[in-house]
Amino acid sequence: MMSLEEFALFVILPILVVAAALAFVRLLRGPSLPDRVVALDVMNTLGIGIMGTYAIATDHAEFLDVAIALALISFLGTVAFAYYIERRV
Amino acid sequence: MLDVLTGGLMLIGALFMLVAAVGLLRMPDLFLRMSATTKAATLGTGSILIAVAVYFGETGVTSRALATIVFLLLTAPVAAHMLGRAGYFQGVKLADATLIDELAGRYNLVTHRLESRDIQPASNEPAGEAEPS
Repeated sequence: MMSLEEFALFVILPILVVAAALAFVRLLRGPSLPDRVVALDVMNTLGIGIMGTYAIATDHAEFLDVAIALALISFLGTVAFAYYIERRV
Repeated sequence: MLDVLTGGLMLIGALFMLVAAVGLLRMPDLFLRMSATTKAATLGTGSILIAVAVYFGETGVTSRALATIVFLLLTAPVAAHMLGRAGYFQGVKLADATLIDELAGRYNLVTHRLESRDIQPASNEPAGEAEPS
């Protein structure tokens, strides 16, 4: 029986990393710019999840502050990209 | 008991995020990809953050986790709408299985405003529109 910290470290984090790898494949292949921006957005959201999981794995609640900052910056980045794409047309 | 709840919430969140990433990779066009990712990824993140709140069980951590969830729920639809709108203006190609494009000819391409009636002739659609076949 593994502890919750080991479960977070050896089960949850690998799943999230595989998901990030799949999103990165879309970031490389994405036929259009909006596809790549969506892939980046998903990777940012995955980053928030990874930070939450890592906070549980290491028993440090401070990672949650980083997650809030990443959520803010991710939203700003996506909106800026969308504005840029729409103005470029 | 709380450990089981925390682990279950984390597992559900991680699986939903994996589903979102698989959908991002396998869906045929931009709008289906966004439909797969915005909902599933937000739900997965929310579930993991609830797991963090349950695990620590302190007021400060719980309020921060809830603030992050509320912020994600508020901003994810806004970002997805702006991105989808920008992609539509750019003329992203729709999937071959698309039957009807309700927005075709409804956008004023100069002012970027949406009208409730057709204002553009069909030939003035954004480039890359799916051909009615």
